[in-house]
Amino acid sequence: MRFDLQTLRAMLAGDRHADRVVPPTGFTAQLTVFASGAMAFLAVFALALSLASGRLAEAWGDELARTATIRIVAPEDQRAIQTTAALEVLSTTPGIASARALTDAEQQALLAPWFGQDLPLDTLPVPRLIEIIAADQGFDATGLRLRLAAEVPGAILDDHVRWREPLVSAANRLRLLGWTAALLILGAVAAMVTLAANAALAANAQVVAVLRLVGATDRYIAQAFVRRFTLRAFAGSAAGVVIGLIAVWFMPSGGDTPSFLTGIGFQGTGWLVPLLLPFISALVALLATAYAAGRALRTLT
Amino acid sequence: MIELENVAYSYGGGELLSDISVKLAPGSFHFLTGPSGAGKTTLLKLCYGALLPTSGHVRLFEADVRTLERDDIAMIRRKVGVVHQDVQFLDHLPVRDNVALPLTVSGRHAEAAGDDLGELMAWVGLTNRAEALPPELSGGERQRAALARAVIMSPDVVLADEPTGNVDWEMSQRLLKLLVELNRMGKTVLIATHDLSLIRAAKAQVQARVLRISNRRVQLAGADL
Repeated sequence: MRFDLQTLRAMLAGDRHADRVVPPTGFTAQLTVFASGAMAFLAVFALALSLASGRLAEAWGDELARTATIRIVAPEDQRAIQTTAALEVLSTTPGIASARALTDAEQQALLAPWFGQDLPLDTLPVPRLIEIIAADQGFDATGLRLRLAAEVPGAILDDHVRWREPLVSAANRLRLLGWTAALLILGAVAAMVTLAANAALAANAQVVAVLRLVGATDRYIAQAFVRRFTLRAFAGSAAGVVIGLIAVWFMPSGGDTPSFLTGIGFQGTGWLVPLLLPFISALVALLATAYAAGRALRTLT
Repeated sequence: MIELENVAYSYGGGELLSDISVKLAPGSFHFLTGPSGAGKTTLLKLCYGALLPTSGHVRLFEADVRTLERDDIAMIRRKVGVVHQDVQFLDHLPVRDNVALPLTVSGRHAEAAGDDLGELMAWVGLTNRAEALPPELSGGERQRAALARAVIMSPDVVLADEPTGNVDWEMSQRLLKLLVELNRMGKTVLIATHDLSLIRAAKAQVQARVLRISNRRVQLAGADL
């Protein structure tokens, strides 16, 4: 089937007489609507996963890239002196927006998940932590390490690179996986519609024979099938997207804290992305049916 | 109008038709006869581009069928009405819509045909069966509906393959009368049949040439018919 603007316009406008020449019901009709709906439902989740992973990757990347920690590992009588010295070094280091030593209460809260609330910090050799917030341009970690080594021997700088990179990389891969899943789902829609269109054409061989006998062109015959499958894929996909969005809407939320399981969903304009799915499914169905019809009509006599 | 020149047609390794030369002039009336399996249907299909010859030339309205695209052949079929013995319809559409189908596929809808369609249904005696579905029709009604469908586009040529094969004598005479009427309106008519009594009945009403297929070739039948 040749595709041009005229064909597309005729397809969108429709022709109720032409629409009637193909029997209205049949197994392939329900199959197409159901499969498109199911695929769109899955695609909504794939997109939700992908967009959520993207947000997570950005959040982790941004937040962790802008923070660093200094541990002061020193004898107890030296700890306060070295902490003050480290803060002085930090105050004169370009690219650092703020730096502060965590209080005992904050350190206790950090350790609480492992040691409980009643941990006597003064009886343990717990290093003092200094939280650093970097300015937008960032700071020179290597230079800072050298200065700390010279001026504060017990200070160890951790700029989070070691564990930030794998996390961001994992989130990015998950995002890629989500998009790949969405693409595979569209591929499955194309395969399914092609099979259904082939089955419909074979089941309606008599209809094709009659139409040919009375002077129908291949384009006319193909169009009758293509339009029908396109509309079915659109309708099924639209239903699947609506159900998928409702399901995503009711998924438990983790609030503003980015995390994997509780963060799967859409935010802001992200809710509009799945609305494209019915149109993409319809386009995929249109191309797949046009291909299938063109091939089948060349072989059907 | 339709011309076959030295046409041969082979199928499954065997030659079904050989060295066939036939010319259907405008307004002529032809019968094509011969025993079952002689190749009458094949020859008819060659006449409307449903089959392509193995060798030789088939010219439909002066265009060699080999040079035509599939859609060109579809256009030519709008000028050739075809009636088969085993008539096929779109079973989900009422008779009226089936008869109007050639109009539908050519972009002219049944509503536009209006009175013409009503007259045609009356001409074939199916006015009161217009809303029936094809499976509800009798053999004779199906043939008449097929004839109405074949002529609704006012084609130049009507090809009928054993049109009376499934109907009784009375109905076959009625169908023949309709075909003769079409010829009197200037249409070229070719009827493939093995029913010699039909040919004799027709020769009493119209000047018809009788072609006989024998041994894969076509010859003009003698006065014995």
